[in-house]
Amino acid sequence: MTAAPEPAVGGPLPVGGAMRVMGAETEYGIHAPSAPSANATMMSARVVQAYAQVTRQRAAGGAETRWDYTDEEPLHDARGWTLDRASAHPSQLTDQPPVLDAEAVALAYGREELELDGQDESGTLLMNMVLGNGARLYVDHAHPEYSSPEVTNPRDAVTWDAAGDLVALATVRRLGMDPELPAINLYKNNTDNKSVSYGSHENYLMPRSVPFGDIVRGLTPFFVTRQILCGAGRVGMGQDSSTPGYQISQRADFFEAEVGLETTIRRPIINTRDEPHATADKYRRLHVIIGDANLSQASNFLKFGTTAMVLSLIEAGLAPKLEVHEPVAALQAISHDTSLTAKIRLLDGRRVTALDLQWIYHEAAAKLAQDTGVSDAIDGDGHTHEVLERWATTLTQLDSDRPAAASSVEWLAKLSILEGYRERDGLAWDDARLGLVDLQWADIRPEKGLYYRLLARNRMQRIVDDGDIAAAVTEPPSDTRAYFRGRCVSSFGKDVVGASWDSVIFDVPGYGRLQRVPTREPLRGTRALTGGLFARHREAGPFLAELLGQNTSPPRA
Amino acid sequence: MAGQEQQQPQSRDSQVEEDVPEAPPAPPEAQASAATQGVDDLLDEIDGVLESNAEEFVRAFVQKGGQ
Repeated sequence: MTAAPEPAVGGPLPVGGAMRVMGAETEYGIHAPSAPSANATMMSARVVQAYAQVTRQRAAGGAETRWDYTDEEPLHDARGWTLDRASAHPSQLTDQPPVLDAEAVALAYGREELELDGQDESGTLLMNMVLGNGARLYVDHAHPEYSSPEVTNPRDAVTWDAAGDLVALATVRRLGMDPELPAINLYKNNTDNKSVSYGSHENYLMPRSVPFGDIVRGLTPFFVTRQILCGAGRVGMGQDSSTPGYQISQRADFFEAEVGLETTIRRPIINTRDEPHATADKYRRLHVIIGDANLSQASNFLKFGTTAMVLSLIEAGLAPKLEVHEPVAALQAISHDTSLTAKIRLLDGRRVTALDLQWIYHEAAAKLAQDTGVSDAIDGDGHTHEVLERWATTLTQLDSDRPAAASSVEWLAKLSILEGYRERDGLAWDDARLGLVDLQWADIRPEKGLYYRLLARNRMQRIVDDGDIAAAVTEPPSDTRAYFRGRCVSSFGKDVVGASWDSVIFDVPGYGRLQRVPTREPLRGTRALTGGLFARHREAGPFLAELLGQNTSPPRA
Repeated sequence: MAGQEQQQPQSRDSQVEEDVPEAPPAPPEAQASAATQGVDDLLDEIDGVLESNAEEFVRAFVQKGGQ
């Protein structure tokens, strides 16, 4: 970027509070009610394909780009080793493009379907897209997944995660226009209540210098209890829902280990996957798999904001010194207790409620944020103050004013509808209508999704303006490398042949070979650093020439 | 199907507008009954959007494994 008159490099984010590089991944439940046995991977590919059609309409030239798998390292363990490929569960090999089994496709949709427009120009099914907002939309196992662009704060995490729900909605609408194919529904939930779970993951950038053991010790008690703020609620107990009842978390019953590399089997409270997607000796990407997918903006905001603050405590060596006895059992005991009175045992002998533990973390986080100045309402970092306020307000309401908490805490909001049905119609917890309320809570269509019905009545709080979420469908965040990725895709889509979290690959006429632009620093590639470059160029060739410091014509092939 | 989906948001909008005007603060008993009324309205609305045949719909929602 030699020729660009660059402003000073965006410095590191303020430390001690809720700001850090973070992002969300959502795997959507996928279901065709009129064709319940349709192949889920094929349907998921149709979702990706549908969005390619939507973006092609939106921008001539095609805002779609393939994924670059070069830097995917799903078997690197943060504890310092790499799992042998032969020992890995097939679902852990996320560094290989998924291959659709032609027979399964043919069985699901008829053989001629393979010849239709489920394919791109090169004849392969599109399983992966990089979007103009910097996100990734792809087929993950048997689900469509939206991975948000990197953001720097919890408010933006909510915005670009909610934008993913609009992306998903656009695909549902598009597929619904095709009279030849069964309509597809997408659900922002985490289980089919028949012993299968699928994830909604969070990612947080941390300095690699923080010992992983500190992360495990500092986070485990917090993760066991944060569900009271951000659990999405679930009808049924046990992985297969065989015990009637209601619990706080969608995911809790699917966790079986304290620490581990797996994400699809023997799920651990702390996941050790170590793919930094950035300069590996400086950063680790903490991959969090324990969260529920949130539609409630307030729950989502607290999920990201409080977790980011606890990571700040761990980095400062100030995480509360406490350890939970048998954390997996404690996680499930708390999820199963909607009265919030259950006590879990700490190794020092104390017995505390989830609320007690959350207040301990809040107090420590508030002190660090005050000491570093980031929580000042006027001179702070602009985010930490709100996280602390909402965190405290929500804990207070959970303790003493649950109707008020039901407008922000997702599991309580869902429970309020369920209790309404139970009272009005005398339904038992194993009544199928309550199961349907649970499922349809998460339907991403506003006219069908029960969350959206509550939102329309202002019974759920908005943290972000609807207009900002709509804008985030096409606009990348301005303050991370996602800006560069997204603008490359939307400005030069026809010349971008691949992209990943830490690269954008161009194939520009006149250049003899592909040009791979590494983006290994998450806080570079921002609008401040590259906005001028995008403003100056309409064509990828001169753009790339200036970016790569070649102010002459492209090199000869 | 597309036709249905275009119509439903309109009915939603009209319901939202009914809820927006804020009455002056009511005494506690009236507030409580208003809250109950709100829940009843909400359940009536949800009755109208819930998929028919709950048992079959829930049973058919079967997912393949994920992360």
